[in-house]
Amino acid sequence: MARVIVDVMLKPEILDAQGQAIARALPRLGFSGVSAVRQGKRFEVELDGPADEAAISDVRKMAETLLANTVIEDFTVTVAE
Amino acid sequence: MSAARVGVVTFPGTLDDQDAARAVRHAGGEAVPLWHADADLKGVDAVFLPGGFSYGDYLRCGAISRFAPLMEELIPAARAGLPVLGTCNGFQILCEAHLLPGALMRNAGLHYICRDQGIRVESTATPWTADFAEGQEIVLPIKHGEGRYVADEATLAALEAGGQVVFRYAGGNPNGSLNDIAGIRNEAGNVVGLMPHPEHAVEDLTGAPSTDGRAFFTSILKKLVNA
Repeated sequence: MARVIVDVMLKPEILDAQGQAIARALPRLGFSGVSAVRQGKRFEVELDGPADEAAISDVRKMAETLLANTVIEDFTVTVAE
Repeated sequence: MSAARVGVVTFPGTLDDQDAARAVRHAGGEAVPLWHADADLKGVDAVFLPGGFSYGDYLRCGAISRFAPLMEELIPAARAGLPVLGTCNGFQILCEAHLLPGALMRNAGLHYICRDQGIRVESTATPWTADFAEGQEIVLPIKHGEGRYVADEATLAALEAGGQVVFRYAGGNPNGSLNDIAGIRNEAGNVVGLMPHPEHAVEDLTGAPSTDGRAFFTSILKKLVNA
């Protein structure tokens, strides 16, 4: 059984209002030296079988179809070690 | 002559379907309930996708609703010309379904906003806005946390050039939408989405800020009767 990770992030040109709010909260909590925060989503997809080429291609399709909205988001697919 | 039939879709988590159905009846139409799990449009002449929190807004607003059995029927019908109006969550679903370009994101100020909002009607060239005058300013309720309209520069330019911006916020942009966009239409004009709620503004009795929402329903019913 393999695990495939899909990371979804807003495209760089899209304003991330939530990330900005987090960045503004950090100094108040005593964390300094942070210039920006962007918030994304991580999906851990457990496969029945191995993470072979076909399975990864399926996960990529899942990401394009449902996990990410490619109008506003980019995604990456990686196999967990 | 039998009344024009406007389908009103209910997903789990939809809130505004009863108001939408009432608004259709108020304007003299027949409201036909459509259930998200039925792949059946029941032969309706137009479809209203109401607001709410369909499927709990899980993943992204409208992301899961877009794959409901009913939507699998509605998407090709809309592409073939069926008039469809989506308000609030309905607008989000239409964007997720790629029936309208762009997407709706968390309000720039992060707060959920519930207030009466000035709206300028930019286009009357849709079956849902024919009874307005171009440039007319109306007041409708807005109530959303994720209404910031975004699209890439090319899409935005195409929307503006093609007259596809149907509504713009007037008297202040509540949510950070690009170009003050409150509502858009597809290229053909039969699919319209907007964040404000016409279905909540059809009767004085309910304390709405106006009855400006009526014209959406009179527009579509006239269009269907004359079709």
